[in-house]
Amino acid sequence: MKEFKYVITDPEGIHARPAGILVKQAAGYQSAVKIAKGEKSADAKRIFGVMGLGVKTGEEVTVTADGADEDKAIAELEAFFKENL
Amino acid sequence: MITICGKSVFGGVSIGKLMFYKRKDKVIKRTHVDNVDEEWARFQKAKDTAVAQLKGLYEKALDDVGEANAMIFEIHQMMLEDLDYLESIENIIRTQEVNAEFAVATTADNFQKMFAAMDDAYMQGRAADVKDVSERVLDILCGVSAGMGEMNEPCIIAADDLAPSETVQLDKSKVLGFATMYGSSNSHTAILARTMNIPAVIGLGENLLQEYDGRDAIIDGFTGTLYIDPDEETMKEMQDKRAKDLEQKALLEQLKGKENVTKSGQKINVYANIGNVSDVGAVLKNDAGGIGLFRSEFLYLENSDFPTEEQQFSVYKQVAENMAGKKVIIRTLDIGADKQVDYFGLDKEDNPALGYRAIRICLTRPEIFKTQLRALYRAAVYGNISIMFPMIISVKEVLRIKEIIAEVKEELKNEGIPYKEDVELGIMIETPASVMISRELAKEVDFFSVGTNDLTQYTLAIDRQNSKLDEFYDPHHPAVLAMIKMAAENAHAEGAWIGICGELGADLELTEEFLKMGLDELSVSPSMVLPLRKRIRECE
Repeated sequence: MKEFKYVITDPEGIHARPAGILVKQAAGYQSAVKIAKGEKSADAKRIFGVMGLGVKTGEEVTVTADGADEDKAIAELEAFFKENL
Repeated sequence: MITICGKSVFGGVSIGKLMFYKRKDKVIKRTHVDNVDEEWARFQKAKDTAVAQLKGLYEKALDDVGEANAMIFEIHQMMLEDLDYLESIENIIRTQEVNAEFAVATTADNFQKMFAAMDDAYMQGRAADVKDVSERVLDILCGVSAGMGEMNEPCIIAADDLAPSETVQLDKSKVLGFATMYGSSNSHTAILARTMNIPAVIGLGENLLQEYDGRDAIIDGFTGTLYIDPDEETMKEMQDKRAKDLEQKALLEQLKGKENVTKSGQKINVYANIGNVSDVGAVLKNDAGGIGLFRSEFLYLENSDFPTEEQQFSVYKQVAENMAGKKVIIRTLDIGADKQVDYFGLDKEDNPALGYRAIRICLTRPEIFKTQLRALYRAAVYGNISIMFPMIISVKEVLRIKEIIAEVKEELKNEGIPYKEDVELGIMIETPASVMISRELAKEVDFFSVGTNDLTQYTLAIDRQNSKLDEFYDPHHPAVLAMIKMAAENAHAEGAWIGICGELGADLELTEEFLKMGLDELSVSPSMVLPLRKRIRECE
């Protein structure tokens, strides 16, 4: 399992649009991808789960990938967060 | 005439017949099904149809409102294919042996509640998205279709609330405006209305009655008002307002992004004056180069006690961020004279215009001043903020202000709070005294901004509120113009820049003269930015 931590800088947090793009991106990996904020964790391939976390700007999330393509997933997702969130 | 007040989501005036958006009613009943596999398959088929429809809507929205706004329909597709959503529906069908309609309605209800319970307004608003996509599936399952029916002539659409998919499906050539009972300014409908340039008023509440269907109506999108059966006077007023707005929009198309430059190549900055955070939208819409006067008084006038540092910080920061690097000149507290606030506990004065006001309050009650300065220096980190001080009459005052600023910065530094070290500082030129010593003042500050309203009143000794004095009053009095010229020469001699933020700045008869004086900036109300740009571009 691989993971990275990231502090959201987008002033609107993970709102509908980036959540949608994230889910699309995560769905492309074989690995199970999870996003966690504090105690709460969600499947990054499920839009209601991701939006339900209600991640706001300034909050830290932990993204984990577990599976065959976990290295690729983590590298690409980290780049995605830096660029979009 | 009936007048209903709501919330504006997009400016503009539209006049026409009101027409209610009609939805076919469907009653969702819970019924027992024997073959749950078949029922699940029936749902999946309906869901697939809905997703295909949303794909079509996405394509349509892509053309109408652009990719960023069309994205919502892609998200709607994802919602319908979300595993949590599907598992819940399948689960209900299989374990309770019930019909797909009931399973969808129950699941939609649960997910809506999840969003409604979240602690931010934006996410709460997403409950409407869940409803929208679920209604689509239910319509397909029940075999009904919603819509406007025949629209023979363009009209104003009224509804309780419109889902994004409903908004985008409307024939735009027939829509004059939107008037809804509910909805938030964060809703996609509001966003789409803005993108499609359609005047819209939301939050009209229960006052918007079904019986108004088919009646004459006017939406004033600027004030957020809906008129039913407008009287002649209102009709006339609104027609004028609409014509003016259209003219402004045409001007905008022509002049947006163009420079404020004369035929011979002289450039001048045109900024806008604002009195509240909500005015920033108008500043950007009218393509102003910055904010030349942000009156901070509203923070004090709207409060029942002194606004805290945090309150002020968040307002200044928001404006600076929204202006994205463009200059924002914030004027410190200008209370007193005609602007009174109870909690300041000011004495009644015989001559308030010449009394205890503005910087005079700040310098005698430094605790009030320091709170504002701390908020300003902290917010300056987030954008291009300049600070301007009103009612200056002496160099001593400026030096005292600088001492207080030094103390404020020292405190912030010791507390480890981030602030900006070098903030541009300027003063208002609104007293004859400040003009006479402007050479000395210019050595101490980065810029001057001429407040022509007060400068005229103090120079001519004429009270603007007294209509008996109108015959003596000359807004173009040579004494006032000579004052401005003198201040400009002295500013430039000491390397400072100078602008005007009073009413005279927007006086198009004087634009040429101001250019000759070499003024660096004119700051006017947002709606005057483009007419002024037009005038500048006509000057030699």
